[in-house]
Amino acid sequence: MSLTLEQVQRIAHLARVEVSESEALATQGQLNGIFELIEQMQAVDTRGVEPMAHAQDLSQRLRDDAVTEADRRAAYQSVAPETEAGLYLVPKVIE
Amino acid sequence: MIHSSLKALSAALASRQISSVELSTLFLDRIDRLNPEINAFVTVDREKTLAMARAADARIAAGNAGPLTGIPIAQKDIFCAEGWLTTCGSRMLSNFVSPYDATVIRKMHAEAGMVSLGKTNMDEFAMGSSNETSYFGSVKNPWDRSRVPGGSSGGSAAAIAARMAPAATGTDTGGSIRQPAGLCNLTGLKPTYGVVSRYGMIAFASSLDQGGPMAGSAEDCALLLNTMVGFDERDSTSLDRPAEDYARDLDKPLAGLRIGLPKEFFGEGCDAKVMAAVQSAIDEYRKLGATIVDVSLPNSHLSVPAYYVIAPAEASSNLSRFDGVRYGYRAPEYGNLDDMYAKTRAQGFGGEVKRRILIGTYVLSHGYYDAYYLQAQRIRRLIANDFVEAFKTCDVILGPTSPSTAFKLGEKSADPVQMYLSDIYTIAVNLAGLPGMSLPCGFVDGLPVGMQLIGNYFDEARLLNVAHRYQQVCDWHLRRPDGID
Repeated sequence: MSLTLEQVQRIAHLARVEVSESEALATQGQLNGIFELIEQMQAVDTRGVEPMAHAQDLSQRLRDDAVTEADRRAAYQSVAPETEAGLYLVPKVIE
Repeated sequence: MIHSSLKALSAALASRQISSVELSTLFLDRIDRLNPEINAFVTVDREKTLAMARAADARIAAGNAGPLTGIPIAQKDIFCAEGWLTTCGSRMLSNFVSPYDATVIRKMHAEAGMVSLGKTNMDEFAMGSSNETSYFGSVKNPWDRSRVPGGSSGGSAAAIAARMAPAATGTDTGGSIRQPAGLCNLTGLKPTYGVVSRYGMIAFASSLDQGGPMAGSAEDCALLLNTMVGFDERDSTSLDRPAEDYARDLDKPLAGLRIGLPKEFFGEGCDAKVMAAVQSAIDEYRKLGATIVDVSLPNSHLSVPAYYVIAPAEASSNLSRFDGVRYGYRAPEYGNLDDMYAKTRAQGFGGEVKRRILIGTYVLSHGYYDAYYLQAQRIRRLIANDFVEAFKTCDVILGPTSPSTAFKLGEKSADPVQMYLSDIYTIAVNLAGLPGMSLPCGFVDGLPVGMQLIGNYFDEARLLNVAHRYQQVCDWHLRRPDGID
């Protein structure tokens, strides 16, 4: 299998990573090299094997529905690129 | 003093032979002198370090010190530490001063009274095996400054090897503690998945990531592991287990121990001189009373392919949080919101991180999920089952940590696949979630060779015992690079 240039650009769009035409070309070659490695998996018959998502067989813990964190909004927003009145600012999305 | 074990440093602090301020200053001065060339540290803050050292001295004076109170340590820059720049080796977080402590950091600072010397360089978001993907430049291996220290915990490894720190934290998703430990003549341990909290440890591949200690000996690693572990309700996969002392079995004799050698780790693909060093370690173990048995991990050749589906899939999801909105880098110029995301991520991430995000996005996308992601998870099961079988006939598994000694800076950085294959012996351990460690077992042309020990789930104390007994009869781990005195 090998990725086309259009597929690389499509994936980059899905991942929200801007790529120029020349970057996409370079990336295409590298990704196809990596997929060549990954393709070894396809020769393996895994019918009947339960997929393993995780190293430990855990179920999600539940906790009481109670406030456990202190209000640290100011501290957390101090590292944001742009805030105002406790809100994160982004370019306008609704006209 | 700088070459002392943590146990010896602890005794020196307890007997007031030295204060934590004096000890920390000793290492800070070495960082000032050696770091400009080695580049092991990204951030050093003398005032913060000395404030912690003074607090530790007060604790020692008040008589409520723990075994590691006042001991300086270097922290991999993947661990959030309140008030410290925490970059994860990325431009994306090059301005991120963490507003909170990772659990590992809180345990070391608040509970153990340890003193952080600074934050160490690393491959960007822990994605790399040479430390060359760091936004802050590559790190030089103190054993040969034209070579890589390994990665992703390469800064931590180089810091200890050049004795800019007596110990360090690392994290290991596919070998990132064990491989640099091997290439820098250190002892490092990746615990069983779930034993060390991942809270505040910047996520790469959440089902594989695990923090652990890097130091000069198995005994030091045991002491550090004691401070790092424990149930944490802030980590959804943290395991609630009874506390244990990982140093309890260090001196246990090895008579009767069954060491398994997987034939897949002793075939072609490994440098012959590296293999010879590992073989002499096996002979040492025979002398120590261990029995050597042959085992097989028939699916281990699939671990690199399966890993390069699973880890990028999880990474593409984890790294979607870096969008220029809540923290970190934001592109200076952009149009609409989508453009802001795309430019921020294009500029904030380096090439390797972007490659892995793209692989992950692809294998999780509609139409490819079953063929890649589910197939990789099924192979992960086969790999884990291989270990279950192997541990029916042996107690620990032994092999090389890496197929070669430290390679040259730039040697593999242009070819991602060659770089990925340098973790061929370490990755299966992460997929299975087992504990593994690397310890020094010799030299090839002046460069350190690491051997890997793999244990069954929760068998860290036994691994440390097996490593410690070896370090009682061999002195490889005490050798120092030229010019480091």
